[in-house]
Amino acid sequence: MANRTPLYQTHVDAGARMVDFGGWDMPVHYGSQMDEHHVVRKDAGMFDVSHMTVVDVSGPDAKAYLQKLLANNVERLQVPGKGLYSCMLNEQGGVIDDLITYLRADGSYRVVVNAATREADLQWMTQQAGVFDVAVEPANDYVMIAVQGPNAIAKALPLLPETLRSDAEKLMPFQACEAIYHFVASTGYTGEDGWELVMPASQGPDFWAALVAAGVAPCGLGARDTLRLEAGMNLYGQDMDAGISPLECGLNWTVAWEPAERDFNGRAALEAQRDAGPGFKFVGLLLCGRGIMRHGQKVVSPQGDGQVTSGTFSPTMQQTIALARVPADAQECQVDIRGKLIDAKIVKAPFVRKGEVLI
Amino acid sequence: MSEIPEDLKYTQDHEWLRLEDDGSITVGITDHAQEALGELVFVELPDEGQTFTKGDAAAVVESVKAASDVYSPLTGSVTDTNPDLADEPELVNNNPYEGGWLFRIAADNEDELEGLMDTVAYEEFLAGLED
Repeated sequence: MANRTPLYQTHVDAGARMVDFGGWDMPVHYGSQMDEHHVVRKDAGMFDVSHMTVVDVSGPDAKAYLQKLLANNVERLQVPGKGLYSCMLNEQGGVIDDLITYLRADGSYRVVVNAATREADLQWMTQQAGVFDVAVEPANDYVMIAVQGPNAIAKALPLLPETLRSDAEKLMPFQACEAIYHFVASTGYTGEDGWELVMPASQGPDFWAALVAAGVAPCGLGARDTLRLEAGMNLYGQDMDAGISPLECGLNWTVAWEPAERDFNGRAALEAQRDAGPGFKFVGLLLCGRGIMRHGQKVVSPQGDGQVTSGTFSPTMQQTIALARVPADAQECQVDIRGKLIDAKIVKAPFVRKGEVLI
Repeated sequence: MSEIPEDLKYTQDHEWLRLEDDGSITVGITDHAQEALGELVFVELPDEGQTFTKGDAAAVVESVKAASDVYSPLTGSVTDTNPDLADEPELVNNNPYEGGWLFRIAADNEDELEGLMDTVAYEEFLAGLED
């Protein structure tokens, strides 16, 4: 049987259409994926993301361990509550997963990884612990809710425990605060302001209901995907996987090359790739003709072939958009959609941020 | 409960067929199908005059999430396609049996219609899928 989050019954009662997502029964929409997309761009929506895996890393060597494990450098986390986006690489420089690491007040770290990669991640993280004096422990029995949209914070703030409100109000992007089993992170996957809230599973359904009463609309993972694609954010398993390096999926900025002596997993392979010059660049595409670009479609250019890694119809822009890997010097391209070559324009993602179309 | 009009024939791929007065056969997807697909954002229709063997992919309906083939339920040639779907693919969601029709086909052999499900049979087929 598929895994279920503590909010499963809440979704079913609300009439959600449930689908399998990486081994979890998750809501894809509650009626209209389009409406859910727009409500996040214009007002406030929320997603059950309890299927994401929370892993707590503690112990005297926690920092050294994460500096070996991650391509980004947790040294950058100087103040408790700061968050850092990073890739976790294999020795070949391929992306095992992308994740966010937060420094906590007691000097330990909280790492949030993807749902579909849970088992592989935990196995790798445990194996890598090896010589380090560190505890790697997946958290249990929690609910994680992402509230997103221009009005999301204003609507969710009064529902937080009183002790957290003043801290939460002041959060900058990629910061977190916590108290009495609530963890509030100013992150998301939509290109809008918002929080990701972690709380005990037992409190999840009531908190969700309170958010609904406060005017935050339940949204499914369908809208989450179109929102993140408009925001130019990668999806693990589509835009990247264990055979793709961060340099090949637009995540160069997450690799901390300095200090040069920090020997993170995959460093040698990445350096070789960097020095050889990347064969591909990771770009946004706008389709000029009719059709919808999809993951796996071939991109054709005079400089060689590439591939659409994520594609969809953008509800905000009302046209088809994609993320793609194309030859590094390609200026113009076409996408092979079921045997027809359709012109596409190469652009720089993101397409949409904070409700504004950027392209 | 999805709507299943009584004057139509149905396939196991959730297409409906209607025999028109001029002998052509109109094809669309059922209410059940449109609901399962979600909001459509693009429909690719065949060209007029294109010929298909029963079971060939004849059209593509795309929701935000995914593309799905629509199979030709009969062997024959396309005589007409729905011109409104280029700008309003959502007609398939809002009105699957009327404004959301996909294409018309002249069947090589109208007897093929006889092998298809009627309303009761399709209803039972859908019920069977839910078990």
